[in-house]
Amino acid sequence: MSEAVIRDIIVSESDDYIINMGPQHPSTHGVLRLEVSLMGETVKSVTPHIGYIHRGIEKMCESDSYQQIIHLTDRMDYLSAHMNNEAVCLCVEQALQVEVPERVKYIRTILDELTRLSSHQLWWSAFGMDLGALTTFFYGLRDRELILDIFEESFGSRLLHSFNTPGGLMHDVHPNFQKSVREYLKYFRKKLPEYKQLLTDNVIFRQRTEGVGVMNREMAISYGVTGPSGRGSGYSCDVRKIAPYSAYPLVQFEEKLQTAGDSYARYLVRMDEMWESMHIIDQLIDNIPAGDFTAKMKPVLKLPPGEYFQRVETARGELDVYIVSDGNKTPYRMKFRSPNFSNLFVLNELSAGGKIADLVAISGSLDLVIPDIDR
Amino acid sequence: MLREALISLLKTLFPDGQVREETQYPELLVPNTRWLEVATTLRNHEDLHLDFLISLTAVDYKDKFTLVIHMESTSFRHLLVVKTDLNDHENPVVDSLSTLWPTAGFHEREVYDLFGIRFSGHTDMRRLFMEEGYGFPLRKDFSDESRVLTLS
Repeated sequence: MSEAVIRDIIVSESDDYIINMGPQHPSTHGVLRLEVSLMGETVKSVTPHIGYIHRGIEKMCESDSYQQIIHLTDRMDYLSAHMNNEAVCLCVEQALQVEVPERVKYIRTILDELTRLSSHQLWWSAFGMDLGALTTFFYGLRDRELILDIFEESFGSRLLHSFNTPGGLMHDVHPNFQKSVREYLKYFRKKLPEYKQLLTDNVIFRQRTEGVGVMNREMAISYGVTGPSGRGSGYSCDVRKIAPYSAYPLVQFEEKLQTAGDSYARYLVRMDEMWESMHIIDQLIDNIPAGDFTAKMKPVLKLPPGEYFQRVETARGELDVYIVSDGNKTPYRMKFRSPNFSNLFVLNELSAGGKIADLVAISGSLDLVIPDIDR
Repeated sequence: MLREALISLLKTLFPDGQVREETQYPELLVPNTRWLEVATTLRNHEDLHLDFLISLTAVDYKDKFTLVIHMESTSFRHLLVVKTDLNDHENPVVDSLSTLWPTAGFHEREVYDLFGIRFSGHTDMRRLFMEEGYGFPLRKDFSDESRVLTLS
């Protein structure tokens, strides 16, 4: 780091009172530094500084084969690892015009929703903890652990599965898969009302979140805020509805919207989505078709020259993969439009004028995962 | 809007642009001098209303840079790809779109950080991920032997 940059960090030119939240602050959920400019307890502006875990995934992709790239995408949004894998797979399959077996589509969709469920559970745990309700962390992690057990049984790994591969899946799911998922849904249906009792109806929690960080629909669109954060502002942006992929065209589900646009609305959207995820899995788990777990693929994949774009809904919003191919076995250019990147930068607009304690509630309600921002 | 209607409207609105129809989404290639003007029309035209900027990125073709925007209309749900070529490979400059979309400002900072493309009219043109003075890693002629390993 050059001397000028270090001087910039230490000495701010303005007379504002500056507090650095992070890069090691618990509420930033990763290495993110928020430079908060304060007037007393009131936030004047928030400047995010990112890049602490920039690994250059897009650069690395340019020298990797498409099968290798899958393993890098896990490391972006590690809580939506399965959806990240799927986005690249769908893009490559679309380019090669490969039709994957029905079984693969069903399993991918079930795993998408299980991943979404586990991601929302962790968000719920951490969000409660950010606002001082430590119990939520134990409740959420207790239930999430059982989903990770299902993952471990089938893929051998709990967090970063790399279970998708262009053309299908790495291997078939465990014979117990359907039984384990059914048992889990039965279990979690009893537990989810506890979440409501503990946090949703909690007076202190509601006072901390209601009317805090209000984002209207226009602001959400112009800042590109997608996922549950955008839907909390009444912005219908669910890629599963707009451009359905895998088995989503086959299932009935609602896109959950709230109109208030505050932190509590974003909270409610995610709580409703957990019910909706279970509803989707219900429709698929009993009728997984028999068949192959992968389509016939060549060992070396060369995409025809051209440009390919694939949209996928992760637990945090719209992830897009953009591949420019020149016909080689590695992409010429690979771009990931990560949902958290766009979601982060609305933070300044939402928290300016509020109290510094509200900043924690707002950043928690946006559900940011930092490695996805830095890539 | 239907694909055919969208393509014919684009052809009438931008006679100096090139419309490609055989691609996944309709593509519009415009001269870089009209970048801001075209984007303003695309965003505000009542039949296009492309108000959601999905992503703004660039591709290095060694002799030129191509800026690529994916944008969608939240009311009509059509998606459009808009491109422009920057032929100055040493010192590329183009108008900033941050006045139209606040999110564009941050995507532009990312493009500046990775490609070294400057956006005139941008109020905060700083590096985003890397420190000042580091090269522009997604340029094809970038090399950093000590830190970048090529995997095979």
